[in-house]
Amino acid sequence: MSQLLLRRIYSKRSNGSRYKGCIVKRLLQKHESYIFLAIILLTIVITAINQNFLTLENLFDILKSYSFIGIMSIGVLVVLISGGIDISFTAVATVGQYIMAVIITKYTGNIVLAFTISIFIGILLGLLNAMFIYFFNIPTIIVTIGTLNVFYGLLIVFSGGRWIYNLPEWFARFAEIRVLTLLNANGIPYGLSIITVIWIAVIVIAAFILRFTVLGRSLYAVGGCGFDKSPAQRAGINIFRVQMFVYAFIGFTAGIAGVVQALLVQTVAPNSIVGKELNVIAAVIIGGASISGGTGTITGTVLGVMLLAILSNGLTLMRVPSYWYDVVIGLVILLSVSASALRQKKKMQRAIAVEEA
Amino acid sequence: MELKKRINWIQNEFAMLSIIILIVLLLMGVLNPLRFFRIYNLQSMAFQLPELGLLSLGMMVIMLTGGINLSLIASANLSGILMALVLNRLAPPETFTGTGSGIVLLVILVGLAAGIVVGLANGALVAYVGVSPILATLGMMTLLNGVNILITKGYVISGFPPAFQFIGNGKVLGIPFPMIIFALIAAAVGIAMKRTPYGLEVYMLGTNETATRYSAVNVPKVLMKSYVISGLLSATAAIVMISRFNSAKSDYGESYLLVTILAAILGGTNVYG
Repeated sequence: MSQLLLRRIYSKRSNGSRYKGCIVKRLLQKHESYIFLAIILLTIVITAINQNFLTLENLFDILKSYSFIGIMSIGVLVVLISGGIDISFTAVATVGQYIMAVIITKYTGNIVLAFTISIFIGILLGLLNAMFIYFFNIPTIIVTIGTLNVFYGLLIVFSGGRWIYNLPEWFARFAEIRVLTLLNANGIPYGLSIITVIWIAVIVIAAFILRFTVLGRSLYAVGGCGFDKSPAQRAGINIFRVQMFVYAFIGFTAGIAGVVQALLVQTVAPNSIVGKELNVIAAVIIGGASISGGTGTITGTVLGVMLLAILSNGLTLMRVPSYWYDVVIGLVILLSVSASALRQKKKMQRAIAVEEA
Repeated sequence: MELKKRINWIQNEFAMLSIIILIVLLLMGVLNPLRFFRIYNLQSMAFQLPELGLLSLGMMVIMLTGGINLSLIASANLSGILMALVLNRLAPPETFTGTGSGIVLLVILVGLAAGIVVGLANGALVAYVGVSPILATLGMMTLLNGVNILITKGYVISGFPPAFQFIGNGKVLGIPFPMIIFALIAAAVGIAMKRTPYGLEVYMLGTNETATRYSAVNVPKVLMKSYVISGLLSATAAIVMISRFNSAKSDYGESYLLVTILAAILGGTNVYG
């Protein structure tokens, strides 16, 4: 009760300051500003050591190679906002990718068919997750740990763990398409890859749904409720439909990400995606989404992915041995979550001070 | 009435799990009676079980507080690697001839110390900084995995003196030594959770943190204790694990992480504390 009161007082305060406070103050209250600052600082440091970092060519490269993580992170964000968590999306992506690869290598096909197959399987498996979560009322983390193992296990059984190398030629050609082509000093073309454009498209779709649709807004409401969803239910939100959408959406992004990963590496291996789930979740968390639901923005998530991307790219360009990667990334995660926790604490204290005054 | 009673009985996880174990045992026995019920097979199961069991206990303690500890395996590997380094320094496998009982004690202390340090760090993040457990331990897991790879450069450290190998491979009266360790520690944790004020505070904390705080329980202290215990249990698992494998590496037991969560949940631990 008192917590509810505090929250109400705080929200009144923040509403007031929204109109009065200056722009800088308002920006300093946002998690995204801090990540953005971190990215700028990092860019300055890396560029000081290696000039090659701050070039369009390198930027386009990062945007291409991280689009796979980027696409999946959008799906994870949507699930986190709704107050759930999904661990199984890597297995979903793998299954979609593998079945897609089998079909396009055995019969012919085109890129649209490839995406359609993978997305269809992704949504199907996502809906399966949602069914388990809703009808058996099992915590999402347990369901998805379970389905991760089931999906991945079944794939290994049926595929025998075989790699697929002989992807058709049109599949390789599609990956090389550039929307924007420039020439570097040596006359080698580079530019904005079509793969990055796919990532951007996913971002736009998700941003539209979250911001402008009733469904998207109700996601925040459901997530903000915590474990007891009855307040959202009483507000007239169909929890079942929301959950079906959420897990279908992460299946959709996983399906796209599966094809994108195949486009990037041009081989399909059953064990190449599974195991990356915590990396993706980490990127979303760094981007400011809360694990207990109700908060999180697309901007934050994209910035979180970019921070990780620039970090690992920068470490390579600074010639830091690869043994250090996880140490640095671990430290960044700890710093980021500690900083936002401390800020949260300060907010609460300020709210308490207001109440006592 | 009758039906309700029966449902209640089935809902009791302990009874349910016992039945499942019995069914699995019977099924295995029927499918392959000659091989399954041999002493040898039971013994080999008893050798593999303890490390998983110890890790699951470490997970359970944290889940009772309403948290989760993703850094459990990474912390176990850190303990294992540090112990292996000290062992190799003090008793190089090429030249060392004795049994090395004295060294073993020192090495175990090193491993446990590593577990305590990781536990303190996790506890401080969760209890005093206010980071949610899943995030704190996710970061800690990535960090520790990095440290582990940094120390070992991905190589295996192997070759331990016989006294140390006994911990993981020895038998007392035909019972594998790791099983004895596990039984003793499981009993100790069980008593700590059910019969001490600390245990009660943990259950309270998991049920309702705000209420616990208003009941004059020092919440940060309870959390700190729980994470240190979890770290200690992971270090103990590391002792058993590296002595059984006779080696330590940065990615041993990685696949255990989700299994420990499942084991703790199957045993009736509620994810929400």
